Amino acid sequence: MALISNGAFVEDGWRRLSDEEDLPKGGKCIVPQARLAEALKVLPSGARLGVRVENTADPAGLVPHFARLELISIAFPAFSDGRGFSLGRLLRRAGFTGELRASGRLIADQILHALRCGFDTIEVSGDIASRQDQAQWTKALSAFGAFYQQGYGGRTHILEQRRKAAR
Amino acid sequence: MTAHEPNLAARSNEPIISYRYDEHDRAFVRARVAEFREQVRRRLEGALTEDEFRPLRLMNGLYLQLHAYMLRVAIPYGGLTAKQMRRLAEIADRFDKGYGHFTTRQNLQYNWPKLEDVPDILEALAEVEMHAIQTSGNCIRNVTSDQFAGVAVDEIEDPRPTAEFLRQWSSLHPEFSFLPRKFKIAVTGAREDRAAISFHDIGLRIVEDANGARGYEVHVGGGLGRTPMVGKVVRDFVARADLLAYLEAILRVYNRFGRRDNKFKARIKILVHEIGVDEMKRLVEEEFAAIDRGPFAFDADEFARIAAFFAPPPYETLPGRSEALEAKKRENRDFAVFVSTNVAPHKASGYAIVTVSLKPIGGIPGDASSAQMRLLADVSERFGFGELRVTHTQNIVLPHVKQDDLFALWRELSAADLATSNAGLITDIICCPGLDYCALATARSIPVAQAISRRFQDPERQRLIGELGVKISGCINACGHHHIGAIGILGLEKKGQESYQITLGGDPTFSASIGELLGPGVTAQEVPGVIENLIEFYLSQRREGERFIDLWRRLGHARFKEAWRREGEDGVDI
Repeated sequence: MALISNGAFVEDGWRRLSDEEDLPKGGKCIVPQARLAEALKVLPSGARLGVRVENTADPAGLVPHFARLELISIAFPAFSDGRGFSLGRLLRRAGFTGELRASGRLIADQILHALRCGFDTIEVSGDIASRQDQAQWTKALSAFGAFYQQGYGGRTHILEQRRKAAR
Repeated sequence: MTAHEPNLAARSNEPIISYRYDEHDRAFVRARVAEFREQVRRRLEGALTEDEFRPLRLMNGLYLQLHAYMLRVAIPYGGLTAKQMRRLAEIADRFDKGYGHFTTRQNLQYNWPKLEDVPDILEALAEVEMHAIQTSGNCIRNVTSDQFAGVAVDEIEDPRPTAEFLRQWSSLHPEFSFLPRKFKIAVTGAREDRAAISFHDIGLRIVEDANGARGYEVHVGGGLGRTPMVGKVVRDFVARADLLAYLEAILRVYNRFGRRDNKFKARIKILVHEIGVDEMKRLVEEEFAAIDRGPFAFDADEFARIAAFFAPPPYETLPGRSEALEAKKRENRDFAVFVSTNVAPHKASGYAIVTVSLKPIGGIPGDASSAQMRLLADVSERFGFGELRVTHTQNIVLPHVKQDDLFALWRELSAADLATSNAGLITDIICCPGLDYCALATARSIPVAQAISRRFQDPERQRLIGELGVKISGCINACGHHHIGAIGILGLEKKGQESYQITLGGDPTFSASIGELLGPGVTAQEVPGVIENLIEFYLSQRREGERFIDLWRRLGHARFKEAWRREGEDGVDI
């Protein structure tokens, strides 16, 4: 897996915990959602904790834990499966302010979709990272200067520019 | 609009008859072309796999068909200027085989472009404020509308400002570009539905509330394809200010809960069908209530800015009745027939709406040569403020022609084989490209349309039969709208042979219904004969003023089935 932040490949400071591994006392691990209750109980309240969820997860199940969660990683099992974009939006709307990560099979052409829906980082499989180098992700970041949709983050809105010009 | 826009300055004497790009629209479309050029390059280099490239090219209108690539150009809500029509003709000559195919989605398809030429074609389109964005792929598709928008006598409000607003909102939507399946929206602002809104994923009908405020009746879950469904009303009235928020709510529910396990069950109509319309309403209302509507508010100033582009052109003050027209009708019988079939009443006194049929007898429905496109552009400038519309029935409309000019226009059209007097009649057939072009098709559809057209070519007889929608699809995906033809024809493949199922009773309007199967399939050669028998039965049974669909509703499907069998025994071999 490779991690992309701001269009650049970066080191991942987080550890993805498998189903069997013991919870590290110091935290800074991403647990599967099935182990979230256990992690919340076992780890001290200051431990840095992330959770990874399927794109079908119910946001309501995560909201009570926002204060303890520093990172939520949403699975993108296929780049053509856009459910994660809606889930990301809903988590942001519900008030999640930590790192939102898209994890799986997104391609460089989707970097702006992810950022605009509230994601901070994108984690992709090695085969994608080997075909799509950092230059492609960086370039895709600036493919568009402004967008039509209001209410989505990360970029200039065309309507706002029109309003400004009309003033 | 600003004075520094070179295109506008050069055209300052011409009336504005369509939405014009501002710098932001222009920058956006240019960026999209540049992005696609880069994607093509990355595909050829191997950075993108074919699986990854496919949805990207589809979202830019590029299909891989049986023999070649096909490029589908967006004609938002069917509106074209003369300049744009000329550009479509140039592209047809330069990059294709000198013609284009107008589709049931009010778009235009080129059937023979080369992959490496496509970025240049998109560039050529961008120069005239056109694109191929989202004419395919699992995203919100090109928004369609009433071809008589702004000129129809039965209109509450011109639907084009709404459609343009939605075009912009849906372009490269961050959240809804990787949906379970394609998503089609149609808008009408009239009392009669010419946009088949009941058969779209979302159909919007402009309505007024008790206080006269404008809003939208929202239909969800209509569609054709292998599981035809009539859309259900999920809300009688959504205030204009809330339209985008309400659509976001519907799309979010669909994006999250629409099926992704089976592409044939992935449309929103299946979700609505499986969970029920009441549960759908509940989910949408719940999401709508949770949305912060502020950022989505249908901005009144922006709506007014867009609407200003669709203000009526500078009509002359004319009497409602044109003596010149009446005189020509008396003198020339063919012309009088054309006026009775292809000319519709217009909002403005002394004007008329002309439907130019792209269904010449024995021709390919919806095809136009580059010469015909140029002629249409020319006559639109001479007789109609340079504006044209594409209809979902695959014809072209000249929306503002002076009644006094109808005869001169008709003569020009006649010379270019564009004056076929059959709008709405039995030879005005909707037809998909079928097995002659399409990779999905199971049977040919064009030759069947041609055979029916030839069989019923007698103009007198066509008019005697009256309004009748014949619609032909070459596979169950139903691009030829067969489910909503009063007579629908579906081409299938049975044991290596083409076999055609016939359905009756489809209706695309507000009285929407889906056609019912008449009986076992017949061969391509037999189709015209079967239709002949159905028509004979209709003519023998109808009452004064009763259309084919009316008679079918009055007598019931069983009587038609019976009649078909009986005729089959002593007549055609079926």
